[in-house]
Amino acid sequence: MKDNNIIIELKNVSKHYGQTYAVEDFNLQVKKGEFVTFLGPSGCGKTTTLRMIAGFEVPTCGQILLNGRDISSLPPYERPVNTVFQRYALFPHLDVYDNIAFGLKLKRVEDENGKTRRLTRREITEKVRSALKIVDLEEYEDRDISTLSGGQQQRIAIARAIVNEPEILLLDEPLGALDLKMRKDMQLELKEMHKKLGITFIYVTHDQEEALTLSDTVVVMKDGMIQQIGTPEGIYNEPANAFVADFIGESNIYSGTAMGGLKVRFLGHVFDALDEFEKNEKVDVVVRPEDIKIVPAGEGQVSGRLVSKIFKGIHYEYLMMVGRSEVVIQDTKSLDIDREAGIIIEPDGIHIMAKELTANIYDDAYIDKNNNVVISERPFPCDVTQLVPGSTLDGEGYVIGPDGTVYDFTDADVKASIGLGDIEILDDVDAGEAQGSVVASIYKGDHYMLTVRTAEDEDFVLDTEYTYDEDDRVGIHVKPESIALTLKGEAKKYAKK
Amino acid sequence: MKKKSLAGFIQKFYVYIVLLVMYAPILVLIAFSFTDTKVIGTWNGFSLKLYASLFKNKDIMDATLNTFVVAFSSAVVSTALGTLGAVGIFYSGKRAKALLEGMGQIPILNAEIVTALSLTILFVFFGVRFNFITLLIGHVVLTIPFVVLSVRPKLMQMDPNIYEAAMDLGATPNKALMRVVLPEVIPGVISGFILSVTLSLDDYIITAFTRDTAYQTLSTYVYGITSKRGALPPSLRALTTMITLLALAVLLIANFRGKNAEGRKPKR
Repeated sequence: MKDNNIIIELKNVSKHYGQTYAVEDFNLQVKKGEFVTFLGPSGCGKTTTLRMIAGFEVPTCGQILLNGRDISSLPPYERPVNTVFQRYALFPHLDVYDNIAFGLKLKRVEDENGKTRRLTRREITEKVRSALKIVDLEEYEDRDISTLSGGQQQRIAIARAIVNEPEILLLDEPLGALDLKMRKDMQLELKEMHKKLGITFIYVTHDQEEALTLSDTVVVMKDGMIQQIGTPEGIYNEPANAFVADFIGESNIYSGTAMGGLKVRFLGHVFDALDEFEKNEKVDVVVRPEDIKIVPAGEGQVSGRLVSKIFKGIHYEYLMMVGRSEVVIQDTKSLDIDREAGIIIEPDGIHIMAKELTANIYDDAYIDKNNNVVISERPFPCDVTQLVPGSTLDGEGYVIGPDGTVYDFTDADVKASIGLGDIEILDDVDAGEAQGSVVASIYKGDHYMLTVRTAEDEDFVLDTEYTYDEDDRVGIHVKPESIALTLKGEAKKYAKK
Repeated sequence: MKKKSLAGFIQKFYVYIVLLVMYAPILVLIAFSFTDTKVIGTWNGFSLKLYASLFKNKDIMDATLNTFVVAFSSAVVSTALGTLGAVGIFYSGKRAKALLEGMGQIPILNAEIVTALSLTILFVFFGVRFNFITLLIGHVVLTIPFVVLSVRPKLMQMDPNIYEAAMDLGATPNKALMRVVLPEVIPGVISGFILSVTLSLDDYIITAFTRDTAYQTLSTYVYGITSKRGALPPSLRALTTMITLLALAVLLIANFRGKNAEGRKPKR
């Protein structure tokens, strides 16, 4: 079934540069007239995706459908799509008028007789003037680009794009170079413009506030993959995972346990919540700082010590220590710090998400001849006797089964699983079994969840109390008994005759 | 007090002294082009006889014409190729860029005699007879790296996105190049052209190796006479004066244009 309202659709789009994946399996449908924002930290693939829609990059695989037609390999000059570039990319040798008229002068239109013709000078002037009117710079026609301020150049860049009446307007961090006040004004104007023009906008930004303010739909991205697609309210109130919760707005993220029947335990207390999870399931709990109420000591669900207070204009931001967990709280009241206090969190302030990861699973591990399990081309000492229940190891390294069968597991394919808490992080890079650099760090109240990526692009996710910065080089150590192994195929295969 | 004033004088006029030393030979030549003595040093009263005889000397006139023909035609070719090359290098990938930029500069660092000799060997190897085309190729090889070098900084100053912006607005790659990239780098293209002309004008080594022996340029003509210990015709003094004045005029025009372009008012 075709939905005629869909103007552009990306189907399984991926972009690889050699070994690195800039965008991975991107699927999105955009409705006509929608304001869609790609949001994510730098290097998340949002600009690459935009460039594929504009035609500057060709997807490695997948399709881009514009009104149902595949345009993946169409050059940019044949796409009914225009772009507002990050640093405007205005033509410095042309004045304002000629910049805006650039696209119109190249345009061919069909007249009544079906013949193609250029636009007349009069038509061009008319269109340029109306575009200038939309961006509020009517008097600037004859000005040189270099005499314009950043904000004015920004408007000209927008005028230059919309004058061509594109079906989709692409905006690549268009407000990034403006100061805060100007950015706020332009945000409002862009939203106004979007309403007036009725064109589909696809907007790229790393500023979560901008995304929430402007968009109908926000696509949150990380490492080339979509994390969540939703309305601004949706992604703020119901983040799909800890990354989205952490990236969108401020949040307290805790590891918790579902207690069954809408109850969840975290911060050492069982809270009522609105989401139901299986009993004893490990979950991530997100609580927004504004959803926590401070009450006198003893009256709250949980009590702790208020340790700091920062004035933020419309509210105060407090930091409370509950045991070893930090709780960030926003409150409009001014309270004394360095004292005990309680907190109350209402059920609708608690958002529970299935834990992204409870263990690192390595599907393509194997056993080497020294009975190590090889993960990411690194040998980790492990206990191979777990592959055959009740077995022991003989002096030569063969596994002896309870019935006396001798097994040789050299080159056996196994699935290895290591718990997040079982990986030890080492400052001495070469001391452990593997080395890598920290690529992500999410604060979970009383510890950090770090992702360490090896040179072979394998990730080790671990919990640690210590702070590491992104790009820190670290070593990794796992105790042999902490590695759980599952043999692929029958153990019989490896029995020695 | 006096000592101090001498130091002060040198301090103040140091640059002028250096300039004077640099320009003294040319100034002497120019001065003595307006007298008709055979040797420089004796003044025989003001005369334009040398200029008159210059235009009557067929050898000198032919060599002059040849020199300018080679200079301008090779400059046109190398400016076109060099500009496209610079744009190509600028928009190529990181690794290719580093490699091409390095390779492009070797001919500048390399001794000219090596370039000349290798060109000669190449032509002989392919059995090419030395003619105007071989000479032209020689001069293009000589000047192309300088065009690339003078266009490059203009490209670096340019916002690299404008090429994509032009395509985004409907321009084909060719149109984007001609209408958007070229206007941005045109000052570099012009200076590359002027540089090519001047390099080609006074070149001797490559010219001597790649020309048809009957084809004389000014440098080969002068060298031909001096190598036979012959006396240089005095009218050469008039010629060099004219070339110097021409160079001066080009320089003034280029400077004037540059200033004018900055304060240029947009027009429609």
